[in-house]
Amino acid sequence: MARTTNWVVLGLTLTFLIGPFIIIIFAGASAGESLAFPPAGLSLKWYAKVFTVESFRQSFMLSMFLAVFGTLAALLIGVPAAYALNRYKLPGDETIRTIVAAPIIVPGIIVGLALLRYLVVPLDFTVTMALFFAHTALVLPYAVRVVSSSLHNLRADMEEAAVLLGCSRLQAFTKVVLPNIRGGVLAAFILGFVTSFNQVPVSLFLSGPGVRTLPIDMLAYMEITYDPSVAALSALLAFMSLAIVFAAERLLGFSRYV
Amino acid sequence: MSDAFVSLSDLTLSYGQTVAVPDLDLDIAEGELIALLGPSGCGKTTTMRAIAGLLTPTSGKIVIDGRDVTRTPANQRGIGLVFQSYALFPHLSAFENVAFGLRLKKLPEREIRAKTEAGLDTVGLAGFEKRKPAELSGGQQQRLALARSLVMEPKVLLLDEPLSNLDARLRLEMRTELQRVQKDTGVTMVFVTHDQSEALALADRIVLMKDGRIEQLGTPDELYARPATVFAADFMGFENIFSVNGMELVSETGRLPLGFEADCPKIAWRPAGVTVGEGPHSGKVVASSFAGDHREYVLETPLGQIKADAPIEIAEVPAGAVVSFDLPQSTSRALAA
Ligand SMILES: Nc1ncnc2c1ncn2[C@@H]1O[C@H](COP(=O)(O)OP(=O)(O)O)[C@@H](O)[C@H]1O
Ligand SMILES: [Mg+2]
Repeated sequence: MARTTNWVVLGLTLTFLIGPFIIIIFAGASAGESLAFPPAGLSLKWYAKVFTVESFRQSFMLSMFLAVFGTLAALLIGVPAAYALNRYKLPGDETIRTIVAAPIIVPGIIVGLALLRYLVVPLDFTVTMALFFAHTALVLPYAVRVVSSSLHNLRADMEEAAVLLGCSRLQAFTKVVLPNIRGGVLAAFILGFVTSFNQVPVSLFLSGPGVRTLPIDMLAYMEITYDPSVAALSALLAFMSLAIVFAAERLLGFSRYV
Repeated sequence: MSDAFVSLSDLTLSYGQTVAVPDLDLDIAEGELIALLGPSGCGKTTTMRAIAGLLTPTSGKIVIDGRDVTRTPANQRGIGLVFQSYALFPHLSAFENVAFGLRLKKLPEREIRAKTEAGLDTVGLAGFEKRKPAELSGGQQQRLALARSLVMEPKVLLLDEPLSNLDARLRLEMRTELQRVQKDTGVTMVFVTHDQSEALALADRIVLMKDGRIEQLGTPDELYARPATVFAADFMGFENIFSVNGMELVSETGRLPLGFEADCPKIAWRPAGVTVGEGPHSGKVVASSFAGDHREYVLETPLGQIKADAPIEIAEVPAGAVVSFDLPQSTSRALAA
């Protein structure tokens, strides 16, 4: 009895989690001209078309750029920040934690509007710059959080041992701390990458002529053209995310860190 | 002291506003094996961290090998520390753990290899080079941590509770190991312990600490036979401690005539120092247990409970029976308060 219930719950969960993904894959593989499920026949033409749409190509590059470099920048700030918060009793460290977490708590659309209002308009930031800052700030909390948890498991006396063996504090960090948290750092990178890449609300306000992130561009595309290429693109992006996570899992057991 | 190799003078160590060790003076000779002994929280680790340079003294001076190192950073003091938790590097193999410090010295690769292998050999870990710390047993990790410090040829080797994480059998093995290493290398060694038997067995001299102060300092013989204070006596197994008032022993529950003149505020006997079966006093046996070569009694007396060990030759007195006993002068130890 309980077993049956378990299977039903499992089945429903999988249906809701994976169902949409299946629908998207097939909707994109349609032979017809408009987005529909079930598709009107099967073909790969929309998957092929995705690669020919110039604006997709541009916005994909922008999203890639933001996801890679925004996350790297977030790690550059986040790893030392997490380290300092973990190892030293700083005055006002609770405040710092709260500020760092703010971009998760404040609705993205407000962050986007604020950046537009106070960076782009008065300070003459380019939209790309503003997007870069926005994505860095957005990913930062994840970087701090994930790196913190792997630092937390790393005992401070290991660094002291390294110092007594001749390391400077910085050497102790690079030779002992970093190698032992590299799994956490990579996990933070992947989490940040995916978060940034799929980010919509913050980027909504931050777009200009020819400068749009991919999800925003897809929204814009759909408003004009209701063909299955958006579904095909979505499916491709989902596969990309899966591949990244899968590779990370194979490389160092990603799921241990999230 | 001119022959002091390590000299701590007027050393005060604090954590923020809390003073953990006030005004410590201690001289250690070269090649000596010193035990810092005391209950948990008495400042043993703190003192050790200060010698290593991991904790900057609030005031006072640390001289090692004729050099004032009070302000010398930890990575330039040439002192080894084996952490209570071992603090091995989990991402490195046993070999690389030991080679870590040698690599920082930028020694030639051949020398690193030779020294590392010799170090692993010294602690009986030859053949384990490729293992990660997680793939070693507790005792092996301990010895790896020891080797990692030893290959650096430190001026002083500090060990924080080196035996406390090991089971009884390994503890005995490691004791012998430490003694051997110390004899072979002649390194000045300071080890921390809260176990008096460990300190007695290993150390050349014992520093008994209480609340950040040195309660008594001496050889194991001295401390064992002649503890000076109630605290020291208690630590060294003088379990029966009473106040002296003229010719009487006094406790909270009552008094008992003392058979001799004692000019001290407190006096103590080990259980083995109490005579059972004869003497001017009598007490009721509360508990009796067989302990191999002797029998341990707990006697109910006017002074409260007294612990007494009787030779096995004396017939067992059953619980509930009344037995005579004596607190002789010959086995007593006069104590300061
Ligand atoms: N990091 C610390 N911050 C504040 N107080 C500490 C710290 N470490 C130790 N203490 C205090 O200093 C005293 C001595 O501690 P410690 O040297 O660790 O004792 P032991 O090693 O003899 O058990 C204790 O009262 C302890 O509470
Ligand atoms: Mg301690």
